[in-house]
Amino acid sequence: MSLRFQRLLLILLTLVIILSAVLLILYNTRENVSYFYTPSEIDKLDIVVNEKMRIGGFVENDSFSKISSSSFKFKITDEKASILVTFNGILPDLFREGQGAVIEGVFVDNDIFNATNVFAKHDENYMPASIKEDLKDTGYWNKKYK
Amino acid sequence: MKFLVNPSKFNKVADYIFLPVLISSIILFSIGLMFAFYLSPDDYQQGSTVRIMYVHVPSAWLALLTYAIMTLYSIAGLAFKIPFGFIINTAVAPIGAVFTLMCIISGSLWGKPMWGTWWVWDARLTSVAILFIIYLIIIFMNLSFENRIVREKVVAIFVLVGSINLPIVKFSVDWWNTLHQPATISKLSKPSIDPSMMIPLIVMTFAFIMVGLAIAILRIKTEIISRKSNLS
Repeated sequence: MSLRFQRLLLILLTLVIILSAVLLILYNTRENVSYFYTPSEIDKLDIVVNEKMRIGGFVENDSFSKISSSSFKFKITDEKASILVTFNGILPDLFREGQGAVIEGVFVDNDIFNATNVFAKHDENYMPASIKEDLKDTGYWNKKYK
Repeated sequence: MKFLVNPSKFNKVADYIFLPVLISSIILFSIGLMFAFYLSPDDYQQGSTVRIMYVHVPSAWLALLTYAIMTLYSIAGLAFKIPFGFIINTAVAPIGAVFTLMCIISGSLWGKPMWGTWWVWDARLTSVAILFIIYLIIIFMNLSFENRIVREKVVAIFVLVGSINLPIVKFSVDWWNTLHQPATISKLSKPSIDPSMMIPLIVMTFAFIMVGLAIAILRIKTEIISRKSNLS
């Protein structure tokens, strides 16, 4: 085995070991690394009232309603579970029913989540606005896209 | 392919390709920006804000690509004692740092209207911020050692350790829940982007590659000269 090859092997082995160490750490702390919980993950957790956390999912269809001009009520769902959210403030442009959203706030009791911040989540789909009209005209428009 | 590891052969090839690279970067940028600003359609949800993507995505790709190249050259430099590997490390680190910064800034500008926030500490954004800090540390290390031999080795080892961040940046959106959306274009599946938006994105990517290559050629040549005259 030549010296060069030994050095190469040493470097690659070290990299693999460090990488697996880092990935193990990240894997075991994944609940803390993840930016938000989904509603069905919340179901399995013990809810601590007034502890700051983030939940993410889709804004449930037909769940959005205005309480007053600047306070809103809607449900966040991942199609397995859903959570009722109240929010007082300004919603981002992309926020609408059927759209992904991440909500930051606290549980005021076991069922109601009081949001302090609402972020709209964008998905990985890009489509020209004109095609949306075409699809609507021909009836192929998927309502889920909104 | 000797020019990839041999300074004098690199110089020869670089002299040939520098002007074509520079000219094609100018042409690609004019076409790409024209498409990005005027000829590409508005997105069905984002409206005009989608145009930020044509700068954001190529700079993100180039930031990762630059680091990947540095990693390969660090391995070559350390394992096979090829000095050219260390030359590359010194020369291209600032280029990668600028691409990372462009990616972060353009991403923030997109995030404010779309997400409703400039910045969040989710896994993707945090790992890219770490990538930027790693680039900065490499630049400062390159400036700080008196002894060149020691400096090159320390920097190369640091580059290798930092390369662990690359898969984390790439796969952070798949491994964890993040506010950042997952990859639109991946090899395994059909891209979820319309061709009318995909083409300007590809043109812009090549424009970024060309301008990065042109600056890299200049910086590598400067680095070769300064080493010959023992300036660093």
